[in-house]
Parts: sequence; C-alpha cells; structure tokens
Amino acid sequence: MAAIYSLYIINKSGGLIYYKDYGSAGRMDTNDSLRVASLWHSMHAISQQLSPVSGCLGIELLQADTFDLHCFQSLTGTKFFAVSEPGAQHMESLLKFVYELYTDYVLKNPFYEMEMPIRCELFDINLTQAVQKDRVTFLGR
Amino acid sequence: MQFFGVSEISPSPPAPTASGNNGHMMYVFNRNGVCLLYREWNRPLRTLDAQQDHKLMFGLLFSLKSLTAKMDPTSAVEKGNLGMLQLPGQGCSFHSFCTNTYKLSFMESPSGIKIILVTHPRTGDLRESLKYIYNLYVEYVVKNPLYTPGSPIRCELFNTTLDQYVRGIA
Repeated sequence: MAAIYSLYIINKSGGLIYYKDYGSAGRMDTNDSLRVASLWHSMHAISQQLSPVSGCLGIELLQADTFDLHCFQSLTGTKFFAVSEPGAQHMESLLKFVYELYTDYVLKNPFYEMEMPIRCELFDINLTQAVQKDRVTFLGR
Repeated sequence: MQFFGVSEISPSPPAPTASGNNGHMMYVFNRNGVCLLYREWNRPLRTLDAQQDHKLMFGLLFSLKSLTAKMDPTSAVEKGNLGMLQLPGQGCSFHSFCTNTYKLSFMESPSGIKIILVTHPRTGDLRESLKYIYNLYVEYVVKNPLYTPGSPIRCELFNTTLDQYVRGIA
C-alpha cells in the first residue's frame, strides 16, 4: 500500500512531466492533471511574490481538510509534489529520495530528452517500491 | 547514495522578531474580493503596491481553493472544471500553507468572509485563532451600526483588540 495518494513532477516551465496516482477516490483525467500541475506552478511563484521577508522559495506544504500537499523544488527548477494524508510524516525525505531516483534513472538515461514526459521503466519500478508505506517509514531512521 | 542527509538546502527561516511578535500581516476579504482590512505588523519586503498586493492575494486564495477542491483524493463525486466558482464550505478547502519564510493561515466563513493571517513559518495550527478573530469581527464590526457592509473596516476598537490578540498568539 502506498504512503501517498499521488505524485506529480513538473519541469521548470510548469509542464507536467510525470503523474502517478496511487489510490485517489476521484479519478483525474489527463487534461485535469495537466491543468492542476500548471496551476500549482503559478501558485508556487505567486507565493514567493507575496512573502513578507526576502529569500522565499515558494510553498513547501499546503494543508487542506482531507490531504496535505508536500512540494520540493530542485535548484534547477524541477518541482516534485506529493499528495498525502493529513499529518503524514517523512514526506520531505520521500521527495528527496524521489529526486535521487529522478537523477539516477531519468537524467542519466541517454534516451531521455530534457523537459519531456518521463517514460523510464526503471524509474517507475523503483518509484513504486519507494512509496510503499513500510519503505517510507524507514526514511525517518 | 544519500546526497542530502539531514541538511537542508533552503535557507533557514528568519529568527522570530525581537519584539516577540511573529505576525507579519493580516487580510480580510469579503465574498466579492474587496479587501476589507489590511493590518501589517512586520513586513520588510514589499514587491507590489497595496492594491495589486490585495488583488494578487485574493487571486492566490481563490485559485488554491479551486485547486484543493479539484485535487481532493477522498471524494469520488464529479468535481466540475478547475476554476469553477464554488460556494463557501463546498468541497475540500485548504486551511494553511507553509514556505521557508512564512506561513499563511486561512479561514472562510459561510458568508464568504475570508480571514488570512501571515505568520512565522514555525507557527502551529491557527484554525481556532482565526475563528476567534472572526468572532472579534462579528462583535466589533458587524454589530457596529455605523459600519456599511462591503466597505473597508475603520473601527479603532477592532484594530486595537486584534493587535493585542495577534501579539499573544503568533
């Protein structure tokens, strides 16, 4: 069983390059996931503009009634965000681990073109293993 | 293989202000997006003029509410198009978000009044505090016969009480 409801990866322009659903009740079709990802990209940028002090890097955690949305932005602008249960732990570590998988299985793949949707089988396999609940618990060790 | 370990790449959040007041600013909007109140206690950075800042904040909240209603993973009902106008209380709504420099807490009443409090990022859950602030709004603004609904709040008693309360919680 997965520790998160879904995972999105956005490129630095706000385009959705990876979306994986792990058990949401409501289905989101391809167009909706693209719109949600683009909207999150804009909201992330606007939250930086509204910061009362300098040095803001954007939203890291959005807390809603029925879910939490954790976001990690790499130095090159790629965003990884995961939708989880409220109060779920070790999400920051999980997103950084996903970033490691991304660098190892996607960026080092010579057939992968930058900014394009990710279709790497090894990335999918390792990601599915990484998000299992018992694996996520070990991230807190 | 662990590159990050326990270290953080983002800069550490700023230290709490010397006066002990960790509240940055507060907004109150009505259902039409009119900014009824803007209170500022500690805001060193200002990127926009006041009117644009209020519009941008309302737009951010409107879009985030729409986003959370669409993304709700526990509801299987048809959610309609992204950006569709929703009644207050309808669908899943967010109550706060956190960045490395600030935390924004949000509350919307059934009548569409939105209360936004921007604080230090380490602040805890402020949902009960925002409900109390809404009670202050009802007691000092709504019950004021000189106040016209929809116009900016210019009630000194409300401002004083609000400043005192925010200084105590944030």
